[in-house]
Amino acid sequence: MDAKQEILARIRRATVDVTEKDPVKDQPVNWTYGLGIEMDDVVGTFEQKVIDYSATVVRSKPAGVPEAVVAGLKATGATDSVVVPAGLEKSWQDAMTAAGFEVRVDEPQLSHETLDQTDAVVTAAASGIADTGTIVLDHTEDQGRRALSLVPDRHVCVVKASQVVSDVPESVQNLRPSVEAGHPLTFISGGSATSDIELSRVDGVHGPRTLYVVLVED
Amino acid sequence: MTTELRRITEGNYGVARLTPAPEHGGTFLGQPKFPKAVKNELKLVVQRKNMRNATTTIRNKRALRVTETPNWEDIRQAAYEVKNRVGRHLDYYLEQAEKSLTANGVHVHWARDAEEANRIVGEIAKAKGVQEVVKIKSITTQETDLNEHLEEQGIAAWETDLAELIVQLGHDRPSHIVVPGIHRNRAEVREIFLREMKNYGRPCPEDITSNPPELANAARLHLREKFLRAKVAVSGANFILADTGSLVIVESEGNGRMCLTLPDTLISLVGIEKVLPSYDDLEIFLKLLPRSATGERMNPYNSVWSGVTPNDGPQEQHVVFMDNGRTNVLADPVGREVLRCIRCASCINVCPVYERAGGHAYGSVYPGPIGITLTPQLRGIDDPVDRGMPYACTLCAACVEVCPVKIPFTDIIVHLRNRVADAERKEFSTDVEVAAEKALMKAAAWVLGDYKHWETTMYATRAAGRVVGKHKIGPLPVPVANRWLDYRNVDHIPSQTFRDWWKANRGEEK
Amino acid sequence: MTTTTSPGTRAGTSGLPGAGLDVAVFITCINDVLFPQTGIAMTKLLERLGCRVHFPKEQTCCAQLTTNTGYFKESMGMVESYVKAYSDYDYVVAPSGSCIAAVRDQHPMLAEHAGDKGLMRDVEHTSKISLDISEFLVDVLGVTDVGAYFPHLVTIHPSCHGMRLLKLGDRPFKLLENVKGMTTVDLPAAEQCCGFGGTFSVKNPDMSSTMTADKARHIRETGAEYVVGWDNSCLLSIGGVLSRQNAGVKAIHMVEILANTEED
Repeated sequence: MDAKQEILARIRRATVDVTEKDPVKDQPVNWTYGLGIEMDDVVGTFEQKVIDYSATVVRSKPAGVPEAVVAGLKATGATDSVVVPAGLEKSWQDAMTAAGFEVRVDEPQLSHETLDQTDAVVTAAASGIADTGTIVLDHTEDQGRRALSLVPDRHVCVVKASQVVSDVPESVQNLRPSVEAGHPLTFISGGSATSDIELSRVDGVHGPRTLYVVLVED
Repeated sequence: MTTELRRITEGNYGVARLTPAPEHGGTFLGQPKFPKAVKNELKLVVQRKNMRNATTTIRNKRALRVTETPNWEDIRQAAYEVKNRVGRHLDYYLEQAEKSLTANGVHVHWARDAEEANRIVGEIAKAKGVQEVVKIKSITTQETDLNEHLEEQGIAAWETDLAELIVQLGHDRPSHIVVPGIHRNRAEVREIFLREMKNYGRPCPEDITSNPPELANAARLHLREKFLRAKVAVSGANFILADTGSLVIVESEGNGRMCLTLPDTLISLVGIEKVLPSYDDLEIFLKLLPRSATGERMNPYNSVWSGVTPNDGPQEQHVVFMDNGRTNVLADPVGREVLRCIRCASCINVCPVYERAGGHAYGSVYPGPIGITLTPQLRGIDDPVDRGMPYACTLCAACVEVCPVKIPFTDIIVHLRNRVADAERKEFSTDVEVAAEKALMKAAAWVLGDYKHWETTMYATRAAGRVVGKHKIGPLPVPVANRWLDYRNVDHIPSQTFRDWWKANRGEEK
Repeated sequence: MTTTTSPGTRAGTSGLPGAGLDVAVFITCINDVLFPQTGIAMTKLLERLGCRVHFPKEQTCCAQLTTNTGYFKESMGMVESYVKAYSDYDYVVAPSGSCIAAVRDQHPMLAEHAGDKGLMRDVEHTSKISLDISEFLVDVLGVTDVGAYFPHLVTIHPSCHGMRLLKLGDRPFKLLENVKGMTTVDLPAAEQCCGFGGTFSVKNPDMSSTMTADKARHIRETGAEYVVGWDNSCLLSIGGVLSRQNAGVKAIHMVEILANTEED
């Protein structure tokens, strides 16, 4: 018997006491999926919870996003170069170029070393979660492949207020089509951090150490 | 710095190695039983303070997050039900997961035990021709001692989680399942980094202080070159989602994302109990796990990926489903409840025994309540260390209260003690303690099994005026060993039992 | 059933919360020999509240000693004694959350483990009727002020089994709040186990004594005269360490405080 068959046989022997073969009938799950939670101000809560992770949040009208992105790059200390996914809004890219940044578009794919030697990355987002202050990327055209929002040390992320939901279940449900289409998801809650030394939180290890969020009031 | 060179460095017991040699070959073989092992740990004053501070911090943070979540009990119940469903139909969900993963371009392997799992991982890495792999923190690979297996194959396994790095560079063993270096404080970390980093890559800055952000930065710089050049990564997984064929990793530092994203090949070694029926179930566990583990509303990074994504991340992916004793756990209807565990360590963080013992005394990579319930079931109860494990507990039930998947630890512990007692009942033991305990329990059964025996014994022992050491102790319900009196007085032994008082003051027997 | 009854039927009990109630006490083995004063206090308290108190002499031990050490077979005589003692009652009350938790959770488990159908039926009744004294006072009698008086500074150790297995919640705290003359000071790390753990204290003596020493240190830091608990097994350990240290703090069971009145 190969390993698979043997393990499956062991499992079946171990669960002979389970007589109902339909998993759903055998063990119901009393949970309503995809529900939100009551919240007076979803976007305001999102903003506050992101700030709790010592990230920066600025609000912007849709027309002001290109300037807000440039201001964000400068505020995080980026001076020379910025990586962008190929599908990033053109007007934002133009504003960065106009502000003197060398805009490195990930097409063709940039090497790991180039990403490492670039000051910052600018991306859009797929979802925002108010209760936990989380941003979710599904790595479609305006967010780019996963390495882009990982290797550079500063991340300026543009989240639309209309993308923000109250809690994790709503966001997970909304992103199901992305997962079914084969896209990976990255949930980002503040900058990279560790609690590994004496269990006290230190911001900034391997991922972008600085997170700057432009919240678009669309 | 190349990893081809085998070097003899400080702390490697004079053996030429690629990576720092762990203490005792990284295993717990030959370790004494918990009561003895803990004697030494209790004397480590710095470790005691580190553990007290760290566990207090994390306990309070978790409690705060739970009070913020009004439907916490409903979420726990849902998680309990989902994990029960998986356990009871594990064959169904594993086959579904295999099918989905395969459809997503993942090579799925099955491993009956640790040896087979290590061999599979080693062979894939060797086929890629690499001399090193980067690793995401995985207690499953600690369970199989994968790093030492790879070392023997001439492949250096670099731990990239900060706490794992502290443990690896410190020639140490993990003492916690979420924060393996919990027993170390900042000053010790600084010392380890200064002494060891230079032997295995980019040195630690000589002028570093013990300020945690500086230490974290040293780890960032030391590991970055490894991330950028790595061709193969090894991970575990927090969850496998059967319907979408996705793996999930929950982490903080971004080292996980580095390993999952930059190398060409990714090998994930996962216990078979890590499967969840559906992607949809993620919403339940993402609400429970971060709050339970690190006391945060959400940990900094979660990665969900469904096999190979063209032009994004590793283009070759392997998943190894490992049994290694888990089906033995499943076969015990009482014991199987531990398979719900999501490795958050909240049971460990509240355990008063763990807080004082640290993780090393248990003799397993799984310490604390989850360790003493899981390990003897995974490994069996033939070894004295494994037999002693269920007794490393006062049954205070603090763990039961916090467990996000409602594992009834104390019930399982009592059940495992019964298995140990039944095993010992069948054997002739040369262990004096075991023999004494058997005799004591037999005596208790007789004395307390019938009130007439009980009354007789009370009067008989009192008449004899039992004396232990210098301390007179009265007609105790159990013969109390000298061990008790080493630390405590038993004074004011009453001259009258309650029974006597009742007879004298409350009437005639009918 | 062999039992004796306290003179609780005497005149003047009719307006009291426990009037007309027959209550069987489960003193527990440890209290019977080492802490008779706790059993006496509970008896007097229940009588003061109007109950008729019974002491079935078949009672011995809840069987935790053997069960929690893994010796299930050795527990069966104790479970049977318990059933024999209490099957005919409506209420069993004990001054121990730990022993009641064993009766409620472990007796059914032991009967099932032994495959004894008759015993399973019997323990279903005895498990249901068994209450810790604070449950009986608050839930059955509906009282939180028992008219007690105790003019001392105390700190409270909320014993684990009562809090976590029985989920006593705020019941004991409410009862203690209403004690006249008593001042309570918070105990740091109150929720942590005292380290007794039954045979744990003998099988893991170093760890056990370390935990009790920490508990004793916290107690000393409060400056209290008494540490109050609701399980004498914990108090035996804590009190033993405090006594060895000549700490000047005494361990006392809650019912002894509740039984105490201004007249005493």
